[in-house]
Amino acid sequence: MVKLTKSLVCLLLLSVLIVHARATDGADNSQCLQCHGQVFYEYHNEWTDQVDRKPLNPFHYIDSVKMKSSVHKMFACIDCHSMDYQTFPHSGELRLEEKYQCMDCHGGDETYAHFNFEGIESAFQESVHYKSSDERFNCWMCHDPHGYELALRQDKPIVEVVTLSNKMCTSCHDNKFKYGLLSHDDPVDIAATHAWLPNREQHFNKVRCIDCHTKVDADLLISHNILPKEQALRNCVDCHSANSVLMESLYAHRAKESRAKSGFFNAVVLNEGYIIGANRNKTLNTISVILFGMLLVGLLVHAVLRMIFSKNK
Amino acid sequence: MSDKMYLYPLWVRIWHGFNALFFLVLLISGISMQYADLKYSFLPFDWAVLSHNISGVGITLAYLFFLVGFVLSDNKRHYKIEVKGLCGRLIRQMQYYLFGIFKGEGSPFPVTAESKFNPLQQTTYVAVLFVLYPMLILTGFPLMFPEIIIDNFFGIGGTLLTALLHSAVGFLSSLFLVIHIYFATIGSTPTSNFKSIINGYHERH
Repeated sequence: MVKLTKSLVCLLLLSVLIVHARATDGADNSQCLQCHGQVFYEYHNEWTDQVDRKPLNPFHYIDSVKMKSSVHKMFACIDCHSMDYQTFPHSGELRLEEKYQCMDCHGGDETYAHFNFEGIESAFQESVHYKSSDERFNCWMCHDPHGYELALRQDKPIVEVVTLSNKMCTSCHDNKFKYGLLSHDDPVDIAATHAWLPNREQHFNKVRCIDCHTKVDADLLISHNILPKEQALRNCVDCHSANSVLMESLYAHRAKESRAKSGFFNAVVLNEGYIIGANRNKTLNTISVILFGMLLVGLLVHAVLRMIFSKNK
Repeated sequence: MSDKMYLYPLWVRIWHGFNALFFLVLLISGISMQYADLKYSFLPFDWAVLSHNISGVGITLAYLFFLVGFVLSDNKRHYKIEVKGLCGRLIRQMQYYLFGIFKGEGSPFPVTAESKFNPLQQTTYVAVLFVLYPMLILTGFPLMFPEIIIDNFFGIGGTLLTALLHSAVGFLSSLFLVIHIYFATIGSTPTSNFKSIINGYHERH
């Protein structure tokens, strides 16, 4: 009897562990990913009775690894897409399916109130993306729903935050196929238009595109009001000064969490970078001013004494 | 009545001229960047960066030119510090600057063709040229190419450490500049040493 009870308890624990593992690993989308998680997919062609191997439309490719770590990993594909996608070949009409937008799930939900999705939507509607695309521009153009992960809120290293953020921009602005979804033009050469930046690559690696190309909004962790290129920050001192705008944007989250008392202006930056003009050591500043002042006073006294004694000779 | 002694050969004067020019640009642009402000910057930030980079390369080339001249000419004899009795000589020179100069006493180490620097000058110039300058150059070039700086040095940001060292040594160099210019006024006349570094002739009383 005791043996049976022990076995039942073990079975119960095991099932709890399995359920927990499934919840943390995300939904099982293996059926869809058999094709959409591959660059090439294979299927049995009933007409020819052969196995066909075809290249997957790159726009329909899903990075299954990214998907498993994304914020939407708990969803099954058919939670957002039509149930009819379970049939292969997919019906041609399915491409006309209307996709969910962020606000369909996140709008007005208290669970996500701290993200301020309503504020994000308002800022986005002010952005050049929205205004210049006849409303065809949507959240998914930048935020890959199948692989989106939080960076700043997860306290990832700033370099990683910057890389993830800038990849969103370059996925279109450095990719003529995706850019072509909205424009007949080729994307401009980002390296050429930013050639004026000293240490351009350093800027690209350490600062997000949106740090210069958006209007900072105190109510949003990440500003979504992308400005026309003419209005982008171009004055170095906007960042390279004690009142660096980066403290209101890239480093705002960290700055709020840790008001540093290390003696450095904008000390929060020092954890992961150094911005000349924005990082100054208050103690060293004071010491250097005092030393310089003492030197000048000393030399002035010496000069006056020299003059007095030379006249008295 | 003063007589003249040829002390500063042409190559030294050329080096000194370029060095002074680049040094001043580096100092002004460096302070301008370090204390950049939306309202009160000395120079526009991009000008400051560009001029600092150009002058940094310029002063390094000038320094290499000086080192070549130093090795090839007999000018190096002026920089050979006699360690024995150095403290006593330094104290004598300081006593002269602090007291003797006001009493009209003569310099304890007058300028000669064999020894154009007094012990205090000699020690300072050696420290500046062979300690501060290499440190400025060795920290300055990585800041020009920050991608080569390691991200983390025992828990401290590599760029922060390099920048702190560069600005601290730059500050010490600026102190040297002020002292150097002031002490240059202590000659047979307040302007005679400035003329000397242009025409090469030192004026003696």
